Amino acid sequence: MNVLSTYLSRFYKFFGGEIFVLPSRTTALLLCLFLLIFPLTSPNDFTLRVLIIASIYAIFAASWDLLSGFTGQINFGHAVFFGVAAYTAGLLNYNLGLAPWATIPIGALAAVLMGLIIGIPCLRLRGTYLAFATLAFPLILLGIIQAIPNITYGELGIPRVDPLAGSRVAIYYIVFPSMIVLGFIMWKIADSKIGLIFHAIREDEVTARASGINTTRYKLLAFCLSGLFAGIAGGLYAHFVNAGPSTLELLLSFQVIIWAVFGGIATIYGPIAGVFILYPLQKIVLTRYLGVPAELTMLIFAFIVLIVLLFMPQGLITWLRDKTEKICPRCKLQNVATRSKCRVCTAELD
Amino acid sequence: MAENIIVYGLVWSGVYALLAIGFSLIFGVARIVNLAHTAFYMLAAYLIFHLNTAAGLNVYLSVFLAIIIVTITGTLSYRLIIARIRQHESTTLIVTIALAVIFQEAVLKGFGGTFVSGPKLISGKTGIFGVGVLNQHLLTFGVVLLLLLATWAFLMKTRTGVAIRATAQDREVANLMGINVPGMEMITMAISAALAAIAGALVAPLGVLTPGMWMHPLIMILAVVVLGGLGSLKGSLIGAFILGFSEILVVFLAPSGSFLKTSVALTIMLIVIMIRPEGLFGIVFEEERG
Repeated sequence: MNVLSTYLSRFYKFFGGEIFVLPSRTTALLLCLFLLIFPLTSPNDFTLRVLIIASIYAIFAASWDLLSGFTGQINFGHAVFFGVAAYTAGLLNYNLGLAPWATIPIGALAAVLMGLIIGIPCLRLRGTYLAFATLAFPLILLGIIQAIPNITYGELGIPRVDPLAGSRVAIYYIVFPSMIVLGFIMWKIADSKIGLIFHAIREDEVTARASGINTTRYKLLAFCLSGLFAGIAGGLYAHFVNAGPSTLELLLSFQVIIWAVFGGIATIYGPIAGVFILYPLQKIVLTRYLGVPAELTMLIFAFIVLIVLLFMPQGLITWLRDKTEKICPRCKLQNVATRSKCRVCTAELD
Repeated sequence: MAENIIVYGLVWSGVYALLAIGFSLIFGVARIVNLAHTAFYMLAAYLIFHLNTAAGLNVYLSVFLAIIIVTITGTLSYRLIIARIRQHESTTLIVTIALAVIFQEAVLKGFGGTFVSGPKLISGKTGIFGVGVLNQHLLTFGVVLLLLLATWAFLMKTRTGVAIRATAQDREVANLMGINVPGMEMITMAISAALAAIAGALVAPLGVLTPGMWMHPLIMILAVVVLGGLGSLKGSLIGAFILGFSEILVVFLAPSGSFLKTSVALTIMLIVIMIRPEGLFGIVFEEERG
């Protein structure tokens, strides 16, 4: 009983001190809880499908952010991780009959390997050159995949990949919690010493190297970590939708950047929120509730992205965060914008 | 076979060169990666087709009108949209992609998604060394050569050209010397859009038009400018010929070549920039002053 009450009070302190002090964290928690109990309200299959795909893309967009947002190594070909993992998982499942719990980690490992293959040659490049060089990788693979249809099943993709679980709701309860866990892990990585070094590399690589940081090693680490998470997303996608050429397309590489920049880069939660705002908006709200004809959704989608970025060039979530929160000048903790003193160190907030 | 490779190689390399030089110009002068560049080319091709068939205008008049309209569209989209967010690099990428998608969807909505082919500017064939070459191909290549020379002369010989090159070299010093930097950027954007529109006019009669036709040339010109070195016009020209010919060679000679053409071109680009990270003729930009 005593132990229980200790844990309860510790739990209460954690929530009171870390989550309920900030409206943004409270909202995030409430939204997560809402989406966790959402299937119990018996929604239709289509809504669940959109939310599952949104979760998969959220992992993917956050992994782009971990690489490009934090280290500044703009990756224009992020779909390569997604596609390699999807094809690895799909082919292993179709040809050897391996179960999803085995194929997804193997797919993710293949994506990590891909991260090394891309990372090593790209270490010499920077800025725009790096962006355009990375653009090439998924397109080269796409050409090869279409040229050898007897192994890769060409245009149509792998004919049949086992689903993750029997029912849509069960799949939802696999994918959505894994998105939260993986997102949290990425956020923790970005918040740790590694994340700080990634920041340093983006701000000034020469200075970072002069401070004794092996920038080569950390850039490779960023490529591999990003590949790992994107690979998990790709494996999940293969088992939920399918593994076909669409997983390597140029549009997917651009799409992930659109989501991430829309939400706000170098935050991890920004891209996740970006996907959860834009993807259901495009798939459900516009067509289902507003009755917009299907051929116009892409146009409206592009307009929304354009308008939001014209007025909030740093991204939607970053803009909201800067409006509602202040950073303590002394201890660098987030505070509600209405406070005049820091909630921890009581330093004056400006 | 060999004559086909040479003709198609020259024509497509020329079109890539026009597009890549326009892209390279605006990147060099304003440091903008304009991913909507080939959307202007698509827009021009469609406008020509529809001014000619639907509005019933003369071919030459519709080409002229289309080039004017696209140039104005390009300049306006720079002035009203891109110029406002250009200091955020990744935002510029997304906004220009969004622009390209808007043009694509507008064309799809306005003109329909059926495959159409533009009107021929001239017909007939000419015999060169006993090989019949379509006059349209000859015209395309001639116009490309003429435009490349004109662009070169403009940049090298005129006062405005010198001012544009000065802006590309160092914005701040150019500004201190009394050059109207935003004005130069506008002019460069207009030239860049016009070059893309002319490329569109040249391509319209050669193949089928689809609203998604901007995607492949975009990939190719990105590869071309990286291969040649960002901001270098000579590099863009040579890069366009290397990649244009390698693409055509693969299509004609390799099995299932039409799938592999992009792969091979991009692999060549990767190999070159792994050996020379700044491209063939790249200038290493001095760090921008803050």
